[in-house]
Amino acid sequence: MTEVLVYVDHADGVVRKPTLELLTLARRIGEPVAVALGDGAGDTASTLAEHGAVRVLTHVAPEYGQYLVVPKVDALQAAYEQVSPAAVLVPSTAEGKEIAARLALRIGSGIITDAVDLEAGEAGPVATQSVLAASYTTTSRVSKGTPVITVKPNSAAVEAVRAAGAVEALNVTFSDQATGTKITSRTPRESTGRPELTEAAIVVSGGRGVNGAENFAIIEALADSFGAAVGASRAAVDAGWYPHTHQVGQTGKTVSPRLYVAVGISGAIQHRAGMQTSKTIVAVNKDAEAPIFDLVDYGVVGDLFDVVPQLTEDVIARKG
Amino acid sequence: MSLRIVVCAKYVPDAIGDPHFTENLTVDRDDVDGLLSELDEYAVEQALRIKEAADAEITVVTVGPKDAEEALRKALSMGADQAIHIEDDDLHGTDVMGTSLVLAKAVQRAGYDLVVCGMASTDGTMGVLPAILAERLGVPQVTLLSEVSVEGGAVKGRRDGDAASEQLQASLPAVVSVTDQSGEARYPSFKGIMAAKKKPVTSWDLSDLGIDAEEVGLEGAWTTVESAAERPARTVGTIVKDEGGGGRQLAAFLAKRKFV
Repeated sequence: MTEVLVYVDHADGVVRKPTLELLTLARRIGEPVAVALGDGAGDTASTLAEHGAVRVLTHVAPEYGQYLVVPKVDALQAAYEQVSPAAVLVPSTAEGKEIAARLALRIGSGIITDAVDLEAGEAGPVATQSVLAASYTTTSRVSKGTPVITVKPNSAAVEAVRAAGAVEALNVTFSDQATGTKITSRTPRESTGRPELTEAAIVVSGGRGVNGAENFAIIEALADSFGAAVGASRAAVDAGWYPHTHQVGQTGKTVSPRLYVAVGISGAIQHRAGMQTSKTIVAVNKDAEAPIFDLVDYGVVGDLFDVVPQLTEDVIARKG
Repeated sequence: MSLRIVVCAKYVPDAIGDPHFTENLTVDRDDVDGLLSELDEYAVEQALRIKEAADAEITVVTVGPKDAEEALRKALSMGADQAIHIEDDDLHGTDVMGTSLVLAKAVQRAGYDLVVCGMASTDGTMGVLPAILAERLGVPQVTLLSEVSVEGGAVKGRRDGDAASEQLQASLPAVVSVTDQSGEARYPSFKGIMAAKKKPVTSWDLSDLGIDAEEVGLEGAWTTVESAAERPARTVGTIVKDEGGGGRQLAAFLAKRKFV
């Protein structure tokens, strides 16, 4: 059976969920071979094996932490040359997309980014994408070279399937470009204890109507009652009420959770582009004419400062 | 010698319009107004700020049909010095690999120390072009910067990722991309708009860049769109007016859908 290369996104050996989704999707096309790089790469093996990786290629070197992107491209290319896979799958993070794109050019292959589904096809894997501000759904395939495809979080339900997951050391020779962009310092983000925005099953977002950084506590309290991630509209981010890394929209992150709760968000096209593929959408806004209400499964026209705390209280009580 | 900055700018359909697909599964842009991609305005802005701090010359380059000149005029009215418009009938349907080839040849021909791009286009939203361009040019990529500066032959910047915030540094020449957090783009002044009318716009076609028609366009694309379907309109949901119990009603709905 043909092998499919899966790039592993992990933090010191802890595999992030989108990679497990990729292993599930990879099994539709062939046998997943995982590539894990950097500190803790070897620690990923058992998790990857439990999710279907037949082999785990690892390489640890200081370059991965000292220089931007290119050392990882060199390593993925080395794995590509060793395995000759039917496809290369990479999680659709900012870095993942850059790694995939540079690899695709090097190996003379087309690239598809931000796939939301993947199926085996007669002429190679067929990727589903959500395009033009999520107003269209397309299917595409790579027509030249070995398909390189980046896949968004929440694109598949994770399936646990045990495979050998034999760890093998990958041989990597770094290119001249590898040391071109030095990471001179790195400040890890403080963990909020909440799920990652793009990976979360439920997202609660606040917008202009929240009216102040301090009022985001109301949004956070609702999110915590669900175990949800917190998002923010561009207006809220531009006003300095919430960090940019939480921005949902065309110039921020696109999310596709099972439930999206929009609070005090009008629903400008910029925001809709980032969330309208969410499965269930609910909104609270005092403006009955807000465009967000065109998208919702359930909407409450009312003052968020009345509605949201009551909702939070009721959710906690029901979970009681 | 002054720093040569090339800004890559894209002319994109206005998101307020209603872009759709044509029969050959490319995006029909004919009946939708276009404009300079908002994210590229940030690239122009950062180039202008670098110029304000050092001796520099800014060339803005775009690949696109005749109307794309509007994007160049916008950048010129903001303060860019000159523009290059790459226009060729054979470019229709070009994918990111082809576009990066055209831009790589163009910036090489124009001469550059620093290429500045937006983080993504607002239409394609792939966000990979700057990285591919750096790979093609064989120069460092310093991408997704929320802060950028040039000093002593090096570019420095801050990249805010999900897990960490990183300070980056690379020697020139380099390709950078900037995010919408890098600093509000300025509005063109009346004087800037008048001055832009007199600034030079050079036109190049594929032969000027030594690119064969087969390497670009729909035929030269390395990916194929097989189908495009408009997303079905969402079914109209329930909207209630809060009369004191709106929060509880919403909780009940969510409980029914098993989210609680």
